[in-house]
Amino acid sequence: MCDQTFVAATFGPCDSCGTASPLMNIYIKNEPINYCSFCMEVMACQGLQKGETLATLKKECESLKKKLEEDRGKLNDVELHQVAEKVEVVGALSIKTRRVLKGHTNKVLCMDWCKDKRRLVSSSQDGKVIVWDGFTLNKEHGMSMPTTWVMACAYAPSGCAVACGGLDNKCSVIPLSLDSNENCAAKKKTVAMHTNYISGCTFTNSDMQLLSCSGDGTSALWDVESGQLLQSFHGHTSDILSLDLAPSETGNTFVTGGCDKKANVWDMRSGQNIQSFECHESDINCVKYYPSGDAFASASDDATCRFFDLRADREVAVFQKDSIVFGASTVDFSLSGRLLFAGYNDYTINVWDVLKGTRISMMFGHENRVSRVRLSPDGTALCSASWDNTLRIWA
Amino acid sequence: MTIRTARPDRVQHFRPRMHCLKKLEAMVVEMQDQKSGVKGSEQKLNVTTIPHVLTGKDIIAWIANKMKTTPEEAQTFSTMLVAYGYIYPLQNHKKLVMCNDSSLYRFQTPYFWPTQKWFAEDSDYGELVKYVTTYKNHDPFLAPCLPSNPWQTDHDAYWTLNMRRVDLPTKMRVERWSFSLFELLSDLRGRDDFKIFLKKEFSGENLAFWEAAEELKWGTAASMTAKAETIFKTFLAPGAPRWINIDGRTMGLTVKGLDHPHRYVLEAAQTHVFLLMKKDTFFRYLKSPVYKDIQKKALNPEAHNFSPAQLEQNANSRSPGIHPIILWQQEEEEKAKAAAASAPVDVKAMMSKIDRKK
Repeated sequence: MCDQTFVAATFGPCDSCGTASPLMNIYIKNEPINYCSFCMEVMACQGLQKGETLATLKKECESLKKKLEEDRGKLNDVELHQVAEKVEVVGALSIKTRRVLKGHTNKVLCMDWCKDKRRLVSSSQDGKVIVWDGFTLNKEHGMSMPTTWVMACAYAPSGCAVACGGLDNKCSVIPLSLDSNENCAAKKKTVAMHTNYISGCTFTNSDMQLLSCSGDGTSALWDVESGQLLQSFHGHTSDILSLDLAPSETGNTFVTGGCDKKANVWDMRSGQNIQSFECHESDINCVKYYPSGDAFASASDDATCRFFDLRADREVAVFQKDSIVFGASTVDFSLSGRLLFAGYNDYTINVWDVLKGTRISMMFGHENRVSRVRLSPDGTALCSASWDNTLRIWA
Repeated sequence: MTIRTARPDRVQHFRPRMHCLKKLEAMVVEMQDQKSGVKGSEQKLNVTTIPHVLTGKDIIAWIANKMKTTPEEAQTFSTMLVAYGYIYPLQNHKKLVMCNDSSLYRFQTPYFWPTQKWFAEDSDYGELVKYVTTYKNHDPFLAPCLPSNPWQTDHDAYWTLNMRRVDLPTKMRVERWSFSLFELLSDLRGRDDFKIFLKKEFSGENLAFWEAAEELKWGTAASMTAKAETIFKTFLAPGAPRWINIDGRTMGLTVKGLDHPHRYVLEAAQTHVFLLMKKDTFFRYLKSPVYKDIQKKALNPEAHNFSPAQLEQNANSRSPGIHPIILWQQEEEEKAKAAAASAPVDVKAMMSKIDRKK
């Protein structure tokens, strides 16, 4: 009777501005309206309708939120760790520091691995961006940025470029060369432009597109070659501190977390905010997808890390302990998704059992806050960046 | 770009509309009843014949009769059925409304009903537990790397054995290809093996189309139009050299979208092709002699057992490996060669070349 069809993102001229772009389909008084995401925002900003006051709208918002929580609660009583009772415990882990990367002269704020599994790029408050061969400890490139506090950096999938940004409100792409002596910073190209600091950036599946998030509360997708803005994403009510691209086969979504305590999931094609989670009690410093793409974890100043299942549309685990008082600033999963590595402001990295919700072990070594942890692409090592000016590689 | 909005809470994003969707589904099931449901028939649209098609008129009349209400209310209700995807229009894809005329509609397969994925049962968490169990042995923090973890022994054999273009992959790598089509395609060495299988089945065009669609999606904005045109000529045009077999509706949507080429214009077609490969071709590949052969031939390296002296030696002679920029350049050359080899032959050009030689 019915055949296989698929949800296609409708595309075409916007009913309001006429430009051809991905359309969001909504209904107003049963009339379908096809607006592009920008016109949708403009419409949402257009003052109060007849009979509405700020107070009534706020009240409506609160009651809808309450109803949402109630309904979410009704859907299930089972916790993840209950389902995982039959799963065997993780054996003792012996994780040691294998490399200490020294070279930055101030806090290391961000790092990213290259797909070759051994190179990495790091950026620091000292304004420098360094490309290392983590295996040999060789510094391949050192680039100076015009401002200090380079808060975000990313390695391109091809291995031929890096992106970085920070207090300059811009995210630039720097092509790398085989010659260590060449001044790569001279070929720097500005791609993303925000109205506040850049807190995170990542390439998509190719070198041609860059996703950025900013203290101005927006994230955006850019075409690297032309610097053109392809899509912008609005919805956060405060600074966005982190973003992560979904690893799924469709690769069309990403998640952001920010100072408004919300973690939002976005559709890259239409700019739509498709899911939202507000469970943390303070700023979300980092968000990271589970390897299968069906869930994600977040790290927050409220000293907890939380785990959200996208299909169940709810928080399914909270990783916390009375003895952990300082904020968590960064998280990443191990290859199988069983382990969650979380870096904290008390200089430690805690290793959590994702299924059982318990802490397995702690990794000591840094002498100041851990600002970023990242698993290498083949899962063989974890790299941590710290305010103690160093990076460590653990395995 | 500092538009900060307290976004109106459009509840449609969230799951809790289950109560009303359950009622909708009960209605949709009744509508499809052979005896008492809406009368459908075969319809001719241009040159294709579409089975089990209904007109908007018939649907609205049936609902008005069933719910004992006015045509206006029935129209509103059926518009909701279209909006939530239970019924889809064949002609005007952009406006998801039910029209009280001879516009054509079909029922959506239950697999795609919005309620299909909302039960937070054990099965939802089961997915996460299943994933962990599947990948457990492949996680270097949980199971030993063979021959050894380069970071622990300072020996990079593990990386050399798992490079992009090895003749023989390792057994672990081949096992990982069987986990999902996504894993198989993400590992370019696995993709190569899959292509060998597809060549034997003479069905390489699906993967070729999928790859071309990926190129379009992730390419530069400037290259959009040119790429879209090439893809249309190679895969979608009637009589194209590598014509892909997709359903009429998707083909229609795609071809229409190509009037305004953008990076997601092939999304529907690409998803269709991917699902086809995932549900059918992938499983046949896993049972095929091509896969079984590579499984047999795959390497199973012995674990390293370095003495402290050897470990020290390793630490002093860490290999620099091949620079990613060089690897990238090599890959681009290989891709160009492959593209040249598979490009459709321009018969006219060939003929005129021969004529000129005479």
